[in-house]
Amino acid sequence: MGIDLPLLWALIIGFGVMMYVLMDGFDLGIGILYPFMPDKHHRDVAMNTVAPVWDGNETWLVLGGAGLLAAFPLVYSVVLTALYIPLMLMLLGLIFRGIAFEFRFKARERERHIWDKAFIGGSFTATFFQGVVLGAYISGLPVRDGAYTGGPLDWFAPFPLFTGAALVCAYALLGSTWLIMKTEGALQARMVTLARPLAWALLAAIVTVSLWTPLRDPAIAERWFRFPNLLWFSPVPLLVAASMVALLRALRRGRQVAPFLLTLFLMGLGYAGLAISGWPHILPPDIDLWQAAAPPQSLGFALVGALFIIPVILAYTAFAYYVFRGKVRPGDSGYHG
Amino acid sequence: MAESLALDLARIQFGFTISFHIIFPAITIGLASYLVVLEGLWLYTRRTLYRDLYHFWSKIFAVNFGMGVVSGLVMAYQFGTNWSFFSEFAGGVTGPLLAYEVLTAFFLEAGFLGVMLFGWNRVGPGLHFFSTVVVAVGTLISTFWILASNSWMQTPQGFEIIDGRVVPTDWLAVIFNPSFPYRLAHMSVAAFLATALFVGASAAWHLLRGRDQPAIRTMFSMAMWMMVVVAPVQVLIGDLHGLNTLKHQPAKVAAMEGHWGGETAPGEGLPLLLFGWPDMAAETTHLAVGVPRLGSLILTHSWDGTIPGLKEFPARDRPNATVVFWSFRVMVGLGLLMLLLGALSLLQRWRGRLYRSRGLLRFALAMGPAGLVAILAGWYTTEIGRQPWVVYGLMRTSEAVSPHATGTLALSLGLFVVVYLFVFGAGVAYMLRLVRKGPVNDEGREEGDGGPGHQRHAMRPLSAVRETFDDDGRV
Repeated sequence: MGIDLPLLWALIIGFGVMMYVLMDGFDLGIGILYPFMPDKHHRDVAMNTVAPVWDGNETWLVLGGAGLLAAFPLVYSVVLTALYIPLMLMLLGLIFRGIAFEFRFKARERERHIWDKAFIGGSFTATFFQGVVLGAYISGLPVRDGAYTGGPLDWFAPFPLFTGAALVCAYALLGSTWLIMKTEGALQARMVTLARPLAWALLAAIVTVSLWTPLRDPAIAERWFRFPNLLWFSPVPLLVAASMVALLRALRRGRQVAPFLLTLFLMGLGYAGLAISGWPHILPPDIDLWQAAAPPQSLGFALVGALFIIPVILAYTAFAYYVFRGKVRPGDSGYHG
Repeated sequence: MAESLALDLARIQFGFTISFHIIFPAITIGLASYLVVLEGLWLYTRRTLYRDLYHFWSKIFAVNFGMGVVSGLVMAYQFGTNWSFFSEFAGGVTGPLLAYEVLTAFFLEAGFLGVMLFGWNRVGPGLHFFSTVVVAVGTLISTFWILASNSWMQTPQGFEIIDGRVVPTDWLAVIFNPSFPYRLAHMSVAAFLATALFVGASAAWHLLRGRDQPAIRTMFSMAMWMMVVVAPVQVLIGDLHGLNTLKHQPAKVAAMEGHWGGETAPGEGLPLLLFGWPDMAAETTHLAVGVPRLGSLILTHSWDGTIPGLKEFPARDRPNATVVFWSFRVMVGLGLLMLLLGALSLLQRWRGRLYRSRGLLRFALAMGPAGLVAILAGWYTTEIGRQPWVVYGLMRTSEAVSPHATGTLALSLGLFVVVYLFVFGAGVAYMLRLVRKGPVNDEGREEGDGGPGHQRHAMRPLSAVRETFDDDGRV
């Protein structure tokens, strides 16, 4: 039996969560950016750019939850119990975001502002608490005998709150560069001016987390700074620096697509950095992914489905993005106007 | 005391969120298949009436689907947030089943929903029809997996318990556990019936207001045929499901019947109680009014058969008979009214007064929510009837619950109640506005091209709904 099932499952779940962060990231970013585009037509266009894709994007979050329950039930139960309050707030935020998003175009004129506010509040809340969950998770959750032993408000600490704010910046940058790619004219120009400070803010956040985590945890410092690891992992910070330079330059030169792709790449690097720090602990600080794994009968059964079906899902998702490619323009119809 | 209050709050929260959630998928399942039928009829007969009905119902479908998505997201996380010891214990079985549901159903629905709702003029009729079929199949695949998981919790098999957690040994036995085929059939048919009642009530509302058009007549006629054909089938399936429950979960059936044991002499058989008030403390059913021997006939298909009474089970293993007795009667009562509606519709159809009999139309209108209420009552019966177990005979609900403080749970429950009532209240109101508007003649022909920059380019569910309501609710 040569297949390392827990490892494969960790990769699949890691992939699913990354897809979620990247894809729902720009959807949520648009909600966060809504206060910076008060013009109703701009708001209509911005919303229309994500309209074709957000529903599928959110499904990756469900896959993350289901995959975790299937492959690492211990992690699922401990993390979801420990982070109960921020997760509930995240889910409520996602409800408001999803529904407000939908109701906005259908509301009577005088009701629309309610759904605008729900959209902004929902996107912001969902993003911030996703960041809090991330920060609390990598800070480590105390576990004894398979049960969480910390308190219900342990997440209310500087580091998780910082990662919450950092994720708001990151999603806003994803949203702004997405809109640069999908729109034109005044809205696009507005996004370019917003993207620049957001990029700096994201860089500051990445640097802060990169310094904060090794300072908090000697094992992480050891992981990164011991020779020869330093050599192996040095491309990560170097690539962050390079893509940051390229992103700022692309913004300056008025490039359409490059800023978004570079932001995706930056987010991927940040994600890889966190994975390197945490490896192989799936329940930091002590429990590794082999200790937390479900029985092989469960892992194997679900793996067959995952390996066959995920490529098909990726294919029709790509097709949907292809169908709805190109710029979204305002005023093509009187309906939203 | 505090602990049992926390358990109660966790159960109320789960019951509340899942009660909201089940309504939307039930309508989604039924409408998706109805849309397949309508589009198939349009392609086959080329009668524009079917195309108009397709567009009308696809808008309502879209609103409903959106609410199913967001309320379902909460469910995927609640197993861990509120029932962590259950997840740890049984995640090896329920996790892969849920993962298969996401992989084979949720992504499939999300992927083809866009083409179905927005691609009318973007893809050829064949590909469009294909997308509608795929979405409908997706809803049924989803039903398959989630009911496999639920049924396994009712009648678990195909596993061993190693180191305090469930290890699946035979996946076919896990999936096709004894209660699964009955529950799958019962629930799928219930979704079709609930949808048909909703469609029928919508048509009846328009007919009662004098909007007597061919499309609305067709809607009403189709819904009434469903009552005639499917309601009796559901009674048969329900009977088989009940016998299956009697075999595997006799305490549940005893609670449903308010049967404690010893009420009748040997050889007298069991009565069927029409009324009564099961009293858990006094171990008796007060004010029992029943039909002699009918209980035996239904449950054992014999004149004097008996079933185990609740007293044969230790008090700590008994479900709450007061609730289950009544939720079961609500479900059965509504089912009988559905049979009656079907019969009356046949009579009026035969008399040529199907679309004009105001009595029938009012009855059909009143029955609009009956299918959904019956589904909720049925689920309360089977889920509360499973108590005190979360996995029948293996794990108690009290052992499954996450160790949250009462205050934490009160806070989250309060938030859910406020948010759900506001959000889903608005959504349901929006759906009813669409129903009130009714089908539009020749709608399919004037569809604008989709695509970025056009009004119907969106893939998200509600964007299929083009109407903006002005202040008097008219479009």
